[in-house]
Amino acid sequence: MQTIIYILPELFLSLAIMSLLMVGAFIKKSFKLVYLLTIFSLIFAIILLLNQPSEIIKIFNESYIIDRLSIFMKVLTLLFCLFVLLSSKDYVKSISIDKIEYPIIILASTLGMILMISSYDLIVFYLGLELQSLGLYILSSFRRDDEKSTEAGLKYFVLSALASGLLLYGCSLIYGFTGSTNFEVISANLDGSNTGAVFGIVFIIVGLAFKVSAVPFHMWTPDVYEGSPTSVTSFFALVPKIAALSVFIRFMYVPFINVINQWQIIIVFLSIASMILGAVAAIGQNNIKRLMAYSSIGHMGYALAGLATGTNAGIQSTIIYLTIYLVMNLGAFGCIFMMKRENVFYENINELSGLSKNHPVLSLSFLIILFSLAGIPPLAGFFAKFYVFMSVIEVKMYALAVIGLVTTVVSAFYYLRIIKVIYFDKPKKPFEKCYDWGLKISLILSSILILIYFVRPSALTNIISSIVIY
Amino acid sequence: MNFPILSAIIFIPLIGAFFIFVTTGVQKNVEKNSKYVAIFSSLTNFLLSIFLWYSFDTTTADFQFVEKKNWIEGFINFQLGVDGISILFILLTTFIAPVCIFSAIHSIKFKIKEFLIAILVMETLMLGVFCSLDLVIFYLFFEGGLIPMFLIIGIWGGPKRVYSAFKFFLFTLLGSVLMLVAIISIYWITGTSDVIKLLDIRIPTEYQYLLWLAFFSSFAVKLPMWPVHTWLPDAHVEAPTAGSVILAAILLKMAGYGFLRFSLGLFPVASDYFTPLIFTLSIMAIIYTSLVALMQEDMKKLIAYSSVAHMGFVTLGIFSLTKQGLEGSIIQMISHGLISAALFLCVGVVYDRFHSRMISSYGGLVNIMPKYSLVFIIFVLAALGLPGTSGFVGEFLVLVGVLQKNILVAILASLGVILAAAYMLWLYKRVIFGKIANSEIKIMTDLNKTEIYIFSSLAFLILFFGVYPEPLFNTIDISVNNLIENYQIDINFYLAETTN
Repeated sequence: MQTIIYILPELFLSLAIMSLLMVGAFIKKSFKLVYLLTIFSLIFAIILLLNQPSEIIKIFNESYIIDRLSIFMKVLTLLFCLFVLLSSKDYVKSISIDKIEYPIIILASTLGMILMISSYDLIVFYLGLELQSLGLYILSSFRRDDEKSTEAGLKYFVLSALASGLLLYGCSLIYGFTGSTNFEVISANLDGSNTGAVFGIVFIIVGLAFKVSAVPFHMWTPDVYEGSPTSVTSFFALVPKIAALSVFIRFMYVPFINVINQWQIIIVFLSIASMILGAVAAIGQNNIKRLMAYSSIGHMGYALAGLATGTNAGIQSTIIYLTIYLVMNLGAFGCIFMMKRENVFYENINELSGLSKNHPVLSLSFLIILFSLAGIPPLAGFFAKFYVFMSVIEVKMYALAVIGLVTTVVSAFYYLRIIKVIYFDKPKKPFEKCYDWGLKISLILSSILILIYFVRPSALTNIISSIVIY
Repeated sequence: MNFPILSAIIFIPLIGAFFIFVTTGVQKNVEKNSKYVAIFSSLTNFLLSIFLWYSFDTTTADFQFVEKKNWIEGFINFQLGVDGISILFILLTTFIAPVCIFSAIHSIKFKIKEFLIAILVMETLMLGVFCSLDLVIFYLFFEGGLIPMFLIIGIWGGPKRVYSAFKFFLFTLLGSVLMLVAIISIYWITGTSDVIKLLDIRIPTEYQYLLWLAFFSSFAVKLPMWPVHTWLPDAHVEAPTAGSVILAAILLKMAGYGFLRFSLGLFPVASDYFTPLIFTLSIMAIIYTSLVALMQEDMKKLIAYSSVAHMGFVTLGIFSLTKQGLEGSIIQMISHGLISAALFLCVGVVYDRFHSRMISSYGGLVNIMPKYSLVFIIFVLAALGLPGTSGFVGEFLVLVGVLQKNILVAILASLGVILAAAYMLWLYKRVIFGKIANSEIKIMTDLNKTEIYIFSSLAFLILFFGVYPEPLFNTIDISVNNLIENYQIDINFYLAETTN
């Protein structure tokens, strides 16, 4: 009975999902109510999470862990899920996908993610993963009368199911060669000479790389980002990344830490490939959602660079990178939600032409966000890269650092291109004025945070520096 | 606790920019108020920096007015301080900024509020570069300058502004990211990024070469040195006058300052090793770009190429590693800051009136704009290094310094002086003298009051420092001596190490 306290947030969320389904089923036209209740239950779950003890606790036969990493990542997940919901409310209504299932599925998927984050056992991990994936399949095809959305959903389903299959196969190999599904026992029984287990590790890495959309397992990303409704795209770009990276960290540093020689080179490859592809492939894109897809691929490359170091500083830099990436992308999608004229949402970059004339504040925050995404100091995006390369150079991976920084120059090009369209080109018809407070708040909050981050950079690092894995 | 004068100098323009940003209301009033705020904050800053110079102690080579704050805990400190070298650049910056603002008020026709914000933010960042005593902070300010400059060129620039802005941004960024790798590597090699500590630590020789090259890649692009100078003419031509002035007068000096402070101070052995490379590139820059300048049709492009040639003298002087050479290059940077600013403003004057930068559009201006012709000749003569102007002091000392190191280089460099006379005087002849080539220019008016004030203050400084450069030498003397001393000690230490 004692252990129940530790999973209160998860329990609360499951109950909330079920009762919200009831509310939706029995009260007619209850989308607004359900949406609001979803937001409140997220806030309440965050409060519950923040009250959890700070020491490491393993429950349910050591298959579920509550430590600093998991609490931080869960708070991040719920927080950004909350912000995505806040900022996309107007959009959801405008393209009439305002069905009660929408917030509930998002909530269910989020529940799956926080189960993943806390998992300390292959089976619990897989269950969480499936719960989140099922939600995501539905979400990406949520606009079911739209060709592209359906295509995106199908594509994502097929590819993701394949990746999950590989992952499960990897899990079973690991179980077969180490005799346990518990992370710690695996860690104790694993050594590099065991070829079968190394195969398992590779399969698991492939599955996880698919989830964080690292190259060469990124193919689904641009299509799914483009096809899904933008509200879902922003969810895709933010929330599942947290869970996937957190699980990535947990896998590499708990069960597989003894075979670091085997996986380090794989991660380095994933990282370099993602950085290069993210920088080069985005140059030709005219659809801003596709561009964001490639940009997120590139950013995941930088995050993985921190992971590849095999040190605590590396993990911390990855987490800092992830946090700042989330703030930046929240802002960027906030701007995309604003691209609306007469109830039609535009996705082409050229539609932003001359935005600075009609919408000075919106263009200024877009400018800040884009420069930050490009990693120009003194904005937050620079510090994210700075920490990552700090930890990369500490372990003397100079090649990775140099390639990474050179790709930032290449990627700066396409961010600059958007700025050019906004600031240097002739104005087009103005966009509709935005009356949605949730969207405004999340956009302004993210751009201000990015702008003033340099005043006290230790505010974030102090929280994260307490996250130590081993 | 003393008054944090350096922080004040750095952040006053930013505060001004913030005030301009939050002013709202009727367009006309907003513009008027923003102008006042911009002028007020930049002039305050100038007075404050004069006070800084006044209270600066010229008898010690230590860093003064040092401020230190915890920034990233246990990792990097926000550290500021000035010595004899950096204080002159601070003065130059705080002097040029109000000049830019005054000229912008008249020549910028739209989005004046945003322009003033960009200039003020730029001023903050440039001052930060010269004040910072921590490598990471230095990098932050050094790179941060890209954002406002990109916007200044891109929004208020000429017809090909997009291309130029992109070229400027990407060239500089590519050079700088390698410097970031080097800065982080230094942190892990020595355990600190604090410049005061680093100047005392000997960075192991085997690392120095690569680190030097990484810093070089950044400074060479920014300076700019041949052959990575190609962004400069484009950026200058397309940038609005005030942007060109900032670019030529201060941004280029950040790289020269970087060479002095970091390349010489942190990597003496590598600096010694790479001196032939620098000499070759500088000579190439001086001769090649002077020849290119001769052939230019566009006034701004001509001055831009002449900047590259003048900066070639600066690098020659710095890496001659003699007292005369170093002091000469510092004076050359300050004087080039004033002269190039004045020349770009001169071009701006005719451009504002006639909207053409082509030399062939003008001719015989002396008949229409006599006052203008008078100030223009002062700056032209200063640019070609006529004795009595500050341009002469710098170039002469640099040549004296280089002569002690390498006679051939000195001879080749003095060729550049002749070429400079050729292209500058030819420019003057084609624009000012002769018959009135184009009857449309007859309607052009002579200098107005603001312009006269701006030009006379610039001309006064150029002539004053040409006749009496003592105040400048007084300020830099001890710091330069100290720099050379430390350099020699490090080199001797290295030689002793290798012979053993």
